Amino acid sequence: MSWLRRNLVVVAGLLTLAYLIVPNIVVTVFSFNKPSGKFNYSWQQFSTDAWTDPCGVADMCASLGLSLQIALWATIGATVLGGMIAFALVRYRFRARSTVNSLIFLPMAMPEVVMAASLLTLFLNLGVELGFWTILIAHTMFCLSFVVVAVKARVMSMDPRLEEAARDLYAGPVQTFLRVTLPIAAPGIAAGAMLAFALSFDDFIITNFNSGSTVTFPMFVWGSAQRGTPVQINVIGTAMFVIAVLIVIAGQVVASRRKKTAGH
Amino acid sequence: MTVTEAPPAPPAEPVVHRTPVRRRLVPYWLLLPGILWLLVFFALPLVYQASTSVQTGSLEKGFEVTWHVATYWDALTEYWPQFLRSLLYAGTATVLCLLLGYPLAYLIAFRAGRWRNILLVLVIAPFFTSFLIRTLAWKTILADGGPVVEFLNAVHFLDVTSWLGMTEGERVLATPLAVVTGLTYNFLPFMILPLYTSLERIDPRLHEAAGDLYARPATVFRKVTLPLSMPGVVSGTLLTFIPASGDYVNAELLGSTDTRMIGNVIQSQFLRVLDYPTAAALSFILMAAVLVTVTVYIRRAGTEDLV
Repeated sequence: MSWLRRNLVVVAGLLTLAYLIVPNIVVTVFSFNKPSGKFNYSWQQFSTDAWTDPCGVADMCASLGLSLQIALWATIGATVLGGMIAFALVRYRFRARSTVNSLIFLPMAMPEVVMAASLLTLFLNLGVELGFWTILIAHTMFCLSFVVVAVKARVMSMDPRLEEAARDLYAGPVQTFLRVTLPIAAPGIAAGAMLAFALSFDDFIITNFNSGSTVTFPMFVWGSAQRGTPVQINVIGTAMFVIAVLIVIAGQVVASRRKKTAGH
Repeated sequence: MTVTEAPPAPPAEPVVHRTPVRRRLVPYWLLLPGILWLLVFFALPLVYQASTSVQTGSLEKGFEVTWHVATYWDALTEYWPQFLRSLLYAGTATVLCLLLGYPLAYLIAFRAGRWRNILLVLVIAPFFTSFLIRTLAWKTILADGGPVVEFLNAVHFLDVTSWLGMTEGERVLATPLAVVTGLTYNFLPFMILPLYTSLERIDPRLHEAAGDLYARPATVFRKVTLPLSMPGVVSGTLLTFIPASGDYVNAELLGSTDTRMIGNVIQSQFLRVLDYPTAAALSFILMAAVLVTVTVYIRRAGTEDLV
């Protein structure tokens, strides 16, 4: 009893962790299910059919490819635009600074549905055809702020004297940026880019409003919730989870290696 | 070589003197593309939406700005239950996220030791899998007659929640409880991460010092840990409440027509009914409601340096 009292926070914390992980376990387990109807919500029979034929559902892998493509371009766009803003905010003092800061903050502080709806009214009023480009524009827009925050955090902890030292050694501005500034800021830029990729790839609400008849992967999943969910969706969900965990673990290993070599 | 010979003079200065105007313009050139993007695709749309909300007309004949402000009033009188429900569900989910997230954030920050990184990975990993798929998984977990619902029944939990109006009979799916469960689940990482960040900054020696002064663990928590973690609590609750109040995915997938939130209404007005003025007005009312709630909350919570 006294053990429980001493470790109450551990028990409660692990229960919360279980709450977070249980759906992932369910998704994995049900990727080996052989459903009897259109929906994959109840366990019927063990089968590896979906794993051997992950693209066996019409249009699913096409939507997956489209989502990856959009996420890639949105990540590049948001990282370049957001990275530039982050550098300007940290490294320079200028008059419009606080205005810029609030313009960056607002998209993160607004319910997604409001942003999604207002962007749709813009496109409708201008008569823009909804599809790949409108999705890309929207994703770049809402990922931008998150990139700024991630890069800003890293650039703020950078020592400006390193760049001064590079200039003292007669490095030009381009050389200083490429050989000194960029490598030091890289972890922050990478974090921002990863966040942007995940946000774009997984976005449903903004895409739902601005995609027209274009189907991204989240749109496909949404539709399948009404029409019938193929097991392959669970296969993709499981694969994404595993890949994400592997990437994060690889990142941790690389970071700890670097720390070790730096210590020697 | 120059470094050793010229000690006090700041080395960047000659560059500044050579091209002062160009250098002063650098931050603006850095900002220009990104800010332009935000102005055109974030700020301008809000202006268009404001104009749409005071238009009248129909899809066939076209819409026109007639300053028909009554749309706002009509939207509010017709959909106030959904507004209220959104704030209620989002508020409940936020409180639950805080209650569930705090112990885990505390565990990772102070008790995890070398497990810390693994636990953090487990919290962040769901971010990278499709949240729609995970939300659909709750349909399986909360299935009628499934082990979870059976257990909740056995311990009379559902008696309590149905007395609170959160469930009906012996099922969880398609009730407010299911929607709140989904909301809590989906936004929990947004609570845990800021909580962890602010807890991690606390010097553990403060706990020892409090203990040396004969404070009991509960007192240490109440007088030291909790106050110092307030920035995390404030940003965590905001990061949970704001997106949850506009969400319509959980209400759609796990709820019923009786659990529709304002996001569901905006979605169907925009994409199915095609009543753009009403949809735009609803969206603005939601924005105003969230802004007011958040402003009042921040004033009361008294934290200025957010995010």
